[in-house]
Amino acid sequence: MLLALQQAQDAAAHALTGTAAEWLWVVPLLPLAGFVINGALSLFSATDLGPADPSAAHADAPSAHDSGTAHATGGAHGDDAHPVVRHRYAGITSFVGSAVLILSFLLSAVIFWQYKSIEGTVHAPYVQTYFSWLPAGDLQIDAALMIDQLSLVMLLVVTGVGALIHLFSVGYMREDPGYPRYFAYLNLFVFFMLVLVLGANYPVMFVGWEGVGLCSYLLIGFWFSEKANADAGKKAFIVNRIGDFGFLVAMFLMFANLGTLDFLQLQAATPDLVAGGALVTAICLFLFLGCAGKSAQIPLYVWLPDAMAGPTPVSALIHAATMVTAGVYLIARSHFLFALAPVASLTVVVIGALTAVFAATIGLKQWDIKKVLAYSTVSQLGYMFVGVGSGAYSAGIFHLVTHAFFKALLFLGSGSVIFAMHRAYHATHSHADAQDMRNMGGLGRYMPVTFTLMWIATLAISGVPPFSGFFSKDEILAGVFARARESLLADTRWLGIPGNFVLYGCYVLGLAAALMTAIYMTRMMLYTFHGPNRTGETERGHLAEAPWIMTGPLVVLGILSAFGGWLNLPALLPLGPIGLLEHWLDPVVGESALRLTHGHAPELTHSLEYALVGTAVAISAIGIWIAWSRLKPSALVPAAQAKPEEGFERVLAHKYYVDEMYDRAIVQPTYSTSRNLLWRGIDIGLIDGLMVNGSAWFSRGVGWIGSAIQSGQLGTYAWVLVLGVLAVVGAVTLR
Amino acid sequence: MLAESLFFSAVLFVIGVVGVLTRRNAIIIFMCVELMLNAVNLAFVAFAQVYGVAGQVFVFFVMTVAAAEAAVGLAIIIALFRHKPTVNLQQINLLKG
Repeated sequence: MLLALQQAQDAAAHALTGTAAEWLWVVPLLPLAGFVINGALSLFSATDLGPADPSAAHADAPSAHDSGTAHATGGAHGDDAHPVVRHRYAGITSFVGSAVLILSFLLSAVIFWQYKSIEGTVHAPYVQTYFSWLPAGDLQIDAALMIDQLSLVMLLVVTGVGALIHLFSVGYMREDPGYPRYFAYLNLFVFFMLVLVLGANYPVMFVGWEGVGLCSYLLIGFWFSEKANADAGKKAFIVNRIGDFGFLVAMFLMFANLGTLDFLQLQAATPDLVAGGALVTAICLFLFLGCAGKSAQIPLYVWLPDAMAGPTPVSALIHAATMVTAGVYLIARSHFLFALAPVASLTVVVIGALTAVFAATIGLKQWDIKKVLAYSTVSQLGYMFVGVGSGAYSAGIFHLVTHAFFKALLFLGSGSVIFAMHRAYHATHSHADAQDMRNMGGLGRYMPVTFTLMWIATLAISGVPPFSGFFSKDEILAGVFARARESLLADTRWLGIPGNFVLYGCYVLGLAAALMTAIYMTRMMLYTFHGPNRTGETERGHLAEAPWIMTGPLVVLGILSAFGGWLNLPALLPLGPIGLLEHWLDPVVGESALRLTHGHAPELTHSLEYALVGTAVAISAIGIWIAWSRLKPSALVPAAQAKPEEGFERVLAHKYYVDEMYDRAIVQPTYSTSRNLLWRGIDIGLIDGLMVNGSAWFSRGVGWIGSAIQSGQLGTYAWVLVLGVLAVVGAVTLR
Repeated sequence: MLAESLFFSAVLFVIGVVGVLTRRNAIIIFMCVELMLNAVNLAFVAFAQVYGVAGQVFVFFVMTVAAAEAAVGLAIIIALFRHKPTVNLQQINLLKG
């Protein structure tokens, strides 16, 4: 390590040399150290099960079918005269697990300020090369980390939101028998996520990409003793394989044609590519396949709703704020390629817009509070892809950041709700579903802090000014609209359709998604926090606000959700400094963004901009109004007495039967082919039957013939001898 | 003279071969083997008339070997007979695989 640092020092005359940025490698290493410590504690406690171990006390935990806290709160609870049963290493785990993240965040912040202070003089990204990882002929890949404006934004989001979620987890998971294991996985996730965002080339990024997938799998199936949870983990992993295949093929194509996989070298090599050519389009489409897997876009989104089987803080960190946005980051990082491939960019926009609308409609009819948020996440990710696809890279990243704030808040808030619900149900030994909104209602009276903060997040995601989501969503919609009017994309034909039609269509889809976002989020709030309580007579008394360790991070996220918009204010509204994030990202993505808009920033007249903003605000207001006026929480009945939906609502509640279709079209054929052809036909028939047993039968047959010759009769031997001699003599003489 | 001798030798040899192949009594088979050896001896002697004395030297060797073989072979037959009171080789198939 020291040697490598020495080399890095020698090579770089970067302005950051000699500053705290030298410690960049510590940022991912801290969570890795946390993983090692917590993992060791987990293993150590697992070797010695006994009465003192909470795992033993939890052996008969009720297997309620909610996946939220069934196990987390399997033991007794502090507020019901039982002592809180904590893991024996809970103290050290809480400290280590959270401290590494906080330190990581602080160090990231320091590096950020360092970078910011030199900004304006040196725009070059700062690369730290540690060692040569894959020196194989022409393929030279270094283990190297890079910071530039884009990765710094991601770095701060990952470590910042990650630290808050780690703190929340201390409360949420407090009674889980797998407490150190949970923090080990969570730390490992952050490590891989940091490798992903800091990697200086595609392969290093891919290591992080695969690593976060692994941690996602581990944490979705955290409560693996229930098959549904383990299956959800497997589903996420397998669906992501399809996307990773795309990422790999894209890397192969890049290396085969450009000879490098380093971000900076690739960017320098892009003039070799034919703009709009088949090669760059193929690379971009394969990259986008990877994004569609990781970021849950059509057709690979199906794993994300199932991923809600994991603990709720995991849903907040991995499946809302950070990992699933890796696809958006990948496209923004590959801006120099996408700027050359308008067709691929339009594909990104179209898929993003379709996903945004599609997932939003499903979100309208979900009853599980986490499922609503999951489909909402899919929908919002679609928004981000609309942004980065259309070349509004900074708008996409801006929405990524604000979404990380308000969606993490929503998920942690729902975690707080589930925590309270489960505690109430546990105290009364009820087996009702703690995540079903039909069992909630009126919770605002019992948990005022969560209630208030959730409303802030809801207004933010619905796009109500001045909350953060309004600015980012509006910027994406305005960006698409402006580019539909005039841009390289608008001049391109996509599947024979003129690009400007496609972009206008996607703008309309975006508005539709915004409308539905407002509706389903208001619906969720109404059913959860308003109206009469449907939890149950006895259970009601046990409902209470979560402890401060959980509400504290919520408050921070609430502030960020409310004021995150100030990161990138539009020029239109004189509220403060304009377009901070856009200017910050300009050195990275500015050139590519300009390329897509014919070399000048997209301009809209002020009246048009006011019209766009007005439309967006009106849409979200209408959505909230529709939900508020049409939905009557008082008419709801608890889940156990609810009737199934009918008509189209039924289709929505069953998520368009996409899972069933995939099951019929892909899973079952694969399964039956594997079973009938590969297993019964090839494995049992060909390999076992013909080759393994067949060779045995063949040897036995040959042996039988051989043994028959050995008759033991001298006469026979003599005959054979004579015949043999005759044959030899005959052969010699008659030759 | 040579042709007649060789013809006679061949006749004796074939009688020996046929005897070995067709008879079942170990003693008779043994005698037929001796007959074949002596047929060969006759051929050697006959050739010695034309090509020199080496053939006759070979005959001595063959007779020596035949004597040894008679001793060993008869001993085996006696041992077999002790094991199983017959000299019918069809009933002796200890080597059957």
